[in-house]
Amino acid sequence: MKELVITSLLGIGVLAFDILKLRKFILPLIVVGLLAVVGASIVDWGMNENLFGKNMIIMDNYALGFTSILCLLTLAWILTSTDYFTNEISRTDLYALVLFALCGGYVMCSYTNLVMLFIGIEILSIPMYVLAASNKRDMLSNEAGFKYFFLGALASSILLFGIALVYGATGSFQLDAIKNVLATAGSGTIMTAGILMIFTGFAFKVGIAPFHMWTPDVYQGAPTVITGLMSTMVKGAAFAAFFRLYYLGFTPTLEFTASIFAVLAGLSLIVANVMATIQVNAKRLLAYSSISHAGFMLAAVMTADSMNPRMLMYYVLVYGIASLTSFNVLYHVSKFQNGAEGFDAFKGLVKRNPVMAGAMTLSLLSMAGIPPLAGFMAKYFVISHILERGYTWLVIIMVLTSAVAVYYYLRIIVSMLTPIENAGRIVSTDSNRIGLLVLSIAMVAMFFLAAFV
Amino acid sequence: MELLPNVTMNHYLLVSVILFVIGVAGILFRRNAIIMFMCVELMLNAVNITLVAFSKVWGQSDAQVFVFFIMVVAAAEVAVGLAILMMLYRNMHTTSTDVLDKLKW
Repeated sequence: MKELVITSLLGIGVLAFDILKLRKFILPLIVVGLLAVVGASIVDWGMNENLFGKNMIIMDNYALGFTSILCLLTLAWILTSTDYFTNEISRTDLYALVLFALCGGYVMCSYTNLVMLFIGIEILSIPMYVLAASNKRDMLSNEAGFKYFFLGALASSILLFGIALVYGATGSFQLDAIKNVLATAGSGTIMTAGILMIFTGFAFKVGIAPFHMWTPDVYQGAPTVITGLMSTMVKGAAFAAFFRLYYLGFTPTLEFTASIFAVLAGLSLIVANVMATIQVNAKRLLAYSSISHAGFMLAAVMTADSMNPRMLMYYVLVYGIASLTSFNVLYHVSKFQNGAEGFDAFKGLVKRNPVMAGAMTLSLLSMAGIPPLAGFMAKYFVISHILERGYTWLVIIMVLTSAVAVYYYLRIIVSMLTPIENAGRIVSTDSNRIGLLVLSIAMVAMFFLAAFV
Repeated sequence: MELLPNVTMNHYLLVSVILFVIGVAGILFRRNAIIMFMCVELMLNAVNITLVAFSKVWGQSDAQVFVFFIMVVAAAEVAVGLAILMMLYRNMHTTSTDVLDKLKW
């Protein structure tokens, strides 16, 4: 409750500060507010607060864990990309939109009722459509916003129809009531259709093959800084909601649908990694890399009945940190090369800005899953768990495609090490430098902290 | 459903499925952004019909309350979608989606 109230008041507060001409206090306000949200979730830990006693939203430990992760990722995103928001007016608008989207993220990881799931998804998605299209004069941003809007609306509608059918079969929107019906009466035709439609809607939202076609387009077209947010906060919230649905509600269906999950996870890994190798645009490459990570996280959702949710939290946090760092560095690199996003833009980065080159190297190696970086442990948790459940073929695909992934991540790293003549320095703000250093340290430290997961 | 004794739940479901399929097909195959926009609304309204019919079957009002939420969300989506459409029209001077071909593969 406190978390939701603080964040939505923060969004309104940002707009109010703009009206009251207190613009230079907006950033400190957001930092204090988001830290207060993390503090509030620590205070609420273990209390299982049921909002208004209506069983719509329950702030259990799962919800609070994801709330703080989403909050910290957004905070890191805001602090490392302050130099993107140079225009005073757009800064206020975009900050407010991000904070409202964050509220939707909280609802998505704390719902216990399918109505709240839909509302959470829409609260998160609608500001993201605006953000994706926020670079008004750039054709690519227009196209990205348009595609994101229509495919997002299509996915929401399919999900919504699924919810309506599940309601028709069970007479309730409550996850525990649906679970009871599924466990005792099994699923009839309407129920099966509903569950498949909800699954399809989610597959669109999180970008799993073969529903991933919009992901590279939108990630490439949207402003790079916004893409960084989409691949961390939005993706994390979507997987939190996806996992929670199968963790609390549809658990009995997993024994029948797990094979579909496994096939789609394998397909995402293969399609994403093969397509990534032929890319010439680094931003699009990172988009395909995010699809392959979606494949890993789908494998975690597939075993929601036996998996510890903390492993998914760890995966979301680790992937979020790495992805945030890489998109942030890409933004600065392309800003100083007139918007170039090819591999050549990275040439000589080691000389031009050592901090960025180091952070980028660590984040790419972490996404590739090379120890001693946190990405290794994240993949290790998923792989070891699904191996226990007997999906040997999926593990083989995961390992093989990870090897392919090392190839295309190394292409960027090699490019950074290639020297070029008369290269100007890439200047960045203090908060960006400190932020990237903290994120780099986190990527190494999380590897050693994995023992506590 | 007392007013129409011969109309059963299956009829309502059939109508809403037909509407929904028209909406999905419109989004996937039409090339005019405004038609696609109407198709989004069609899909949401198909869901509304289903929900209200099921609500009657179960004798509960919570699905009808959900319909109001969907209407609010649909209105919010219209606001954002039309803004995106306006921006596109200003830049491209057309509402055809054929011009959106810069991002592929």
